[in-house]
Amino acid sequence: MNDLIRQSAATLAGAIARKEVSSEEVTRAHLERISQVDERVHAFLFVDPEASIARAREVDQQLAKGALSSPLAGVPIALKDLLATKGVPTTCGSRILEGWKPPYNATIVNKLHAAGVVSLGKTNMDEFAMGSSTEHSGYGPTHNPWDLERIPGGSGGGSAAAIASFESPLAIGTDTGGSIRQPAAVTGTVGVKPTYGGVSRYGIVALASSLDQAGPCARDVMDTALLHSVIAGHDPHDSTSINAPVPDFVAAALNADVRGMKIGVIKELQGEGFQSGVLQRFNQSLEILTELGAEIVEVSCPHFEYALGAYYLILPSEASSNLARFDGMRFGIRVDDGDDRSVEEVMSATREKGFGAEVKRRIMLGTYALSSGYYDAYYGQAQRIRTLITRDFVAAFSQVDVLVSPTSPTTAFKIGEKLDDPLAMYLNDIATIPVNLAGNCAMSLPIGLAPEDGLPVGLQIIAPAMADSLLYQVGSALESALIDRWGGLLISEAPSL
Amino acid sequence: MTTEYNAVITEFDPIIGLETHIELGTKSKMFCSCSAQFGGEPNTFVCPVCLGMPGSMPVVNRVAVESTIRMGLALNCSIVPWCRFARKNYFYPDMPKNYQISQYDEPLCINGYLDVTVATENGPQVFRVEIERVHMEEDTGKLLHAGGAGRIHGATHSLVDYNRAGIPLIEVVTKPILGTGVLAPEVAKAYVAELRDLMRALGVSDVRMEEGSLRCDVNVSLSRPGEEWGTRTETKNVNSLRSVERAVRTEMIRQADRLRAGERIIQETRHFNEETGDTTSGRSKEQAEDYRYFPEPDLVPIAPSEAWIEELRGTLPEIPSVRRARLQIDWGISDFDMQSLVNAGALELIVASIDAGVQPAAARKWWTGELTRVANERHCELGDLTVNASDIFEIEGLISAGDLTDKMARSVFEGLLDGEGSVSQIVSQRGLVVVNDDASLIAAIATALADSPDIAEKIQGGKIAAAGSIVGAVMKATQGQADAAKVRTLLLEQLGVTE
Repeated sequence: MNDLIRQSAATLAGAIARKEVSSEEVTRAHLERISQVDERVHAFLFVDPEASIARAREVDQQLAKGALSSPLAGVPIALKDLLATKGVPTTCGSRILEGWKPPYNATIVNKLHAAGVVSLGKTNMDEFAMGSSTEHSGYGPTHNPWDLERIPGGSGGGSAAAIASFESPLAIGTDTGGSIRQPAAVTGTVGVKPTYGGVSRYGIVALASSLDQAGPCARDVMDTALLHSVIAGHDPHDSTSINAPVPDFVAAALNADVRGMKIGVIKELQGEGFQSGVLQRFNQSLEILTELGAEIVEVSCPHFEYALGAYYLILPSEASSNLARFDGMRFGIRVDDGDDRSVEEVMSATREKGFGAEVKRRIMLGTYALSSGYYDAYYGQAQRIRTLITRDFVAAFSQVDVLVSPTSPTTAFKIGEKLDDPLAMYLNDIATIPVNLAGNCAMSLPIGLAPEDGLPVGLQIIAPAMADSLLYQVGSALESALIDRWGGLLISEAPSL
Repeated sequence: MTTEYNAVITEFDPIIGLETHIELGTKSKMFCSCSAQFGGEPNTFVCPVCLGMPGSMPVVNRVAVESTIRMGLALNCSIVPWCRFARKNYFYPDMPKNYQISQYDEPLCINGYLDVTVATENGPQVFRVEIERVHMEEDTGKLLHAGGAGRIHGATHSLVDYNRAGIPLIEVVTKPILGTGVLAPEVAKAYVAELRDLMRALGVSDVRMEEGSLRCDVNVSLSRPGEEWGTRTETKNVNSLRSVERAVRTEMIRQADRLRAGERIIQETRHFNEETGDTTSGRSKEQAEDYRYFPEPDLVPIAPSEAWIEELRGTLPEIPSVRRARLQIDWGISDFDMQSLVNAGALELIVASIDAGVQPAAARKWWTGELTRVANERHCELGDLTVNASDIFEIEGLISAGDLTDKMARSVFEGLLDGEGSVSQIVSQRGLVVVNDDASLIAAIATALADSPDIAEKIQGGKIAAAGSIVGAVMKATQGQADAAKVRTLLLEQLGVTE
């Protein structure tokens, strides 16, 4: 098989299963690609080639013995550095966790291991997943493979860039307000935020527990469906995970049919603030969906305008508490530890040195919002808005099967362009945040390049909670129509690096 | 002190309130599967969850929830249909996550009561202590201060043992307890004792007070009759029944002194000094610490069904007050005697002794007499004494066989308490042998009579009471190892006197 790095995960898995190629060869090809391009892309924070090759060999042996039957056996993957990996450095993009090797694996990591998926390493991210550009990483930014001077989105810019640069066919991301979908949109890849509780959160370092959800990243819809199937399901270690059978996402992706479907366009998520090329591609996609037999309906979600405000109260509040444990006492770095220092001084100095500016900003916001006397006005009010947004979705889904919007208002911006303007940065997630607040599911998939800058544009499909299958059904229908037009995946247009 | 205390009551009405934390006796911790047993090498009963490792998540222990519901039912509480855990945020090195998972404005059990009985000169008096709430939370780790006197002050460094972190606790909070007057300290103590007995009866905790598995925060305020309620103080971590009583009493006296001097009471937490019985100022609560509570997003709400609650109600055992009434009738003792032995913490010990085969009267005699005296002398709880039911059974057996006198039995108890070994070892080591041989007793009587020739005449002259001094002399001569009743009989025989 030629050009292993440009194959889909499904193709690789099939070839490995048929013994046309070994997992070791596939893994080596990707490690080779990483060594060639990652100096420029900086998608990875940690790669251990020997460990990956050793694991690939193990999988090859298991496959030879017929001891492994999994749709992704032998395929390599990149893991966002927010996932706890036993004995493997896990930094969450933060200096405060430098050198920390977790004593345990996240449930997702165990599931991937059991499925014979081979880890290539840990990917870069905004520190503790706070950001939309990966510029807030404590270890330097990741570069967008489409234009190395641009951001790859965030917080999961490393995972998206690893896929877009053909360093890995698959990646795991996490999405608290858009951290899977917005990077997918700006790198021309596919990313899915599953229904809240659909995938275990155990071992994923928490940003905002009520919003966080891990999900699959890949270059096409079928690969995300395959990966989603491997990581989904109830986990006794996460009582917020859904205790119900996992739907057949792969079957849904094969059923690429939108005939008779009603697809809603969210009135509030277009127009002002959206780049013209983004809207142009979005409208073309609506035409394609109509041609495919869907009916496009405009729906209103009047409370979405408050989503960003509510999100930036709930997220910092939960984050301020979740990040309290990083105090230098048990893991990560410890600063100013001396005989004459009190515990408080050491904790304070460690947090001062270990956390970056954006993390400190959000911890302070959250601490303030939860303070006695302000709780009702901020956190309490934000929770009420959350309820209203959920009701907006319920009302919308009573009229349509799925909703669509542009994933991100703009294409990838230049590194440094919005770093000093947190509010402009926060606006990147305006279309993705409502989904996290309501806990339902969404996918971003590439729909073309914006004419004005030649950069990828993503379309977001939103489905009701527990109806993740609809994402795959609609996504693959739109994707195959686009592939027919383009003659291949959009990502094949990306620079070869 | 008594006069001082009585003077408080002539001028002020106390209001007390108690917050009691008790470790549940579950096998595993509140939110993970680590062992919840006491002790163990430091940091051996730990995992990513109770160490607060990044990414780890709690899962609620079902048995802990059941125990809390059963406790709530036994305390006549309503069990709420839906409630959540909350995070209590503050930084402290014994807290792995720097927040404690607790319940805040949505406790599992609310609005109950517990009747407690206190012995008074006018017979037993019952107080209804209203329960505001019963909720669940996790315990913290334990700090060990090294290089000093074991306290944080003067220590060179501190070590943390997280074995205790995540042990399930329930917290029982009373409403303000009014109208206890002079009995406030006794009511506080009786309430905690009743709570302890209830937990034990329910089997939800064995309440090992010596291991710190019950910790009480004692709220006290004073007001002059007819005035508004006074400012309260909260004395933290009072860990024994006796200390609860002392903490209320000393805090009442302290507050009265200040109020009489025209000073105001500062709303603050105070520490109780077990050695001196004093309370000392902790941090001021006037600038209350802000714990930034919010609902724990890593856990799903608890929504106990009616059916589940009723199923748990069906598992409630005979509650201690009903059981006490039954035992009192069985033993045929007065209200006062019953209440005294309950207050002394002797009830369970007596029952255990009876279960071991001791006659009820004898079991009561030892636990409420000699052993209570020793416990008071040693400033400890009866249950802390190193005497068990089978020791008492063995001693009683020796007494009824005539091999031991009551006085010698006291010597055996002393030996047991000083760790000298088993009953038989102590009897032989201390040479405790009843002098039963008539000849040597008669010889000793003769010697005693010879020393006080006038006594024999008095006795023979009809003053039989005078025999006591001769019996005393004989007992002294035999180092207390004779049977006094037998000596007396022999003496009267020798003198040819009949009673």
